[in-house]
Amino acid sequence: MSPEQTPILKVSRLVKRFGGFHALDGLSFHVTPGEILGLVGPNGSGKTTAINVISGLYAPDGGEVTFDGASAGGAASHRLVHRGINRTFQVPKPFLSLTVRQNIQVALAYGGATATPPSIAELLDEYRLKEVADRPAADLNSAQQKMLDLTRALATRPRLLLLDELAAGLNPAELDWIAGRIKALASTGMAIIVVEHLMGFIEQITDRVIVLNAGKEIFEGTLATAVREPQVIEVFLGGEHAH
Amino acid sequence: MPSAASKHLLFILAPLVVVFALLPGVYQNHLLLFNFVIFLILAQGVNIIYGFTGYLPFGYVGFFGAGAYGFAIMVMHLQWPAVLAVLVGGVVAVLLGLLLTPLLRLSGAYFAIANLAASLAVLHFVANPALEGITKGPYGVSLTGTFNPTHAYYAAVVVMGLTVGAVVYLKNSAFGLALQAVREDAVSASMAGVNIVKMRVIAWLASALIAGLAGGIYAWYVSVFYPDNVFSGEFSIFAIVFALFGGVATITGPIVGVIILYGIYNLIGFTTPQYFQLIYGLLIMGLVLFLPAGLVSLATRRGWNVP
Ligand SMILES: Nc1ncnc2c1ncn2[C@@H]1O[C@H](COP(=O)(O)OP(=O)(O)OP(=O)(O)O)[C@@H](O)[C@H]1O
Ligand SMILES: [Mg+2]
Repeated sequence: MSPEQTPILKVSRLVKRFGGFHALDGLSFHVTPGEILGLVGPNGSGKTTAINVISGLYAPDGGEVTFDGASAGGAASHRLVHRGINRTFQVPKPFLSLTVRQNIQVALAYGGATATPPSIAELLDEYRLKEVADRPAADLNSAQQKMLDLTRALATRPRLLLLDELAAGLNPAELDWIAGRIKALASTGMAIIVVEHLMGFIEQITDRVIVLNAGKEIFEGTLATAVREPQVIEVFLGGEHAH
Repeated sequence: MPSAASKHLLFILAPLVVVFALLPGVYQNHLLLFNFVIFLILAQGVNIIYGFTGYLPFGYVGFFGAGAYGFAIMVMHLQWPAVLAVLVGGVVAVLLGLLLTPLLRLSGAYFAIANLAASLAVLHFVANPALEGITKGPYGVSLTGTFNPTHAYYAAVVVMGLTVGAVVYLKNSAFGLALQAVREDAVSASMAGVNIVKMRVIAWLASALIAGLAGGIYAWYVSVFYPDNVFSGEFSIFAIVFALFGGVATITGPIVGVIILYGIYNLIGFTTPQYFQLIYGLLIMGLVLFLPAGLVSLATRRGWNVP
């Protein structure tokens, strides 16, 4: 992280309600180009909701989202994609009856990438989908579907990438591999927000973490510091006991 | 994929158009041939909106009837030549489609029912005696001046060719792929950068245009008709069943569906009409239960690539 850089994404006092329930309750943070920011917190703390608001799936009920210096809150998803935001889904959402290749083709054709996007061959190769390229996405296992979500996002050449539990369910060797890939993406200047429950993984790749609880930020800093914060420990242990 | 598209044009579209252009010379029942062509057009129109976007248009006939009346009004009141009046029929259907775009916010059965209701509303509007001066209301239209079944038939063959050509385009273009993506998962499609509202509206208006042109040509062919004829729910149901039977989101499925089912319909309908409803009903039930992706999926399951 280079603190002198201007943030590409700024979120301030973000509020998202479902009925009377505040899923996000005044969340503020920022991320700069090339930075990998961890977004952690117990189940139901609002991580996915934050990603959904930033990627335009939900309009915020309050607060502001600023991307690349311009307002982005409540804009249509495809517009945000064209402006340079993309994401993966906690439960991957490929186009099941289309082939892997066709899944990526849609994003290449419609993603509105401003710079030259990676080629299909590169994406298939780098994300280990070459063997299944011409199979319907429905035939893939869940880890492969997650990679397909990721390649679809990358085909639009995002400058901000939101990864919602991309690593969950991967084996240790795969975790190392995907950690390497995420770092490589960040080194190209891409800002990346990583939502993850696996603390080892977060430790390995992030520069900084935000700890969320009940839609609010309760800590910001390095993960090493976070795990010594009584409030953070309390929230995580409380969350674990609840299950 | 230009080579696949040219194959589809050469081996599906061209033979279909040639066969239907030549058949009147060797087969005497021209009305039956004309009805085949009309259903080929309508089944492909249903294919575009249902197969590629997932909206089931139970009121599809609304566009057909609007096209027929668009044609009739131009001919009756402005004495326009038939071909131009057919185009107006298409435009009227597109305008109706635009008016109905809010229905696209509904999903599944809600859309189907609202679309059905809309087609009934258009029927009652057109058949309203108060509009007798414009539509002839419930008393029906008689267009003797343009009567020319031969020209109308060939116009239908042309529109059929264009419609199948549109489906070939959808099967082979990024645009068609994006439509299928929207049908599969609208949220993911938007994350692929696809403007889902725009895509749905385009497909909806394209299918409206197709039905409107078909309706205009139908009016030209029959010349005398009542609102109930051109707004008959049978057009919607048949077109949907034929498309589903053959298999939607393919080029050949709706064609196969029309030729087999409409063929059977005419065979049984002529000789033993009393069994027709029964057999047809059983066929549809069996289809929905055992072959939801249509006849062509039998081949796809065997690993054959059916366009
Ligand atoms: N569409 C929705 N409608 C109603 N409530 C919702 C909706 N989406 C999320 N919520 C609620 O908002 C809260 C935050 O959910 P969210 O999915 O953001 O949590 P999360 O931090 O991603 O959790 P997890 O770690 O389990 O994925 C939860 O209580 C959830 O039930
Ligand atoms: Mg989540």
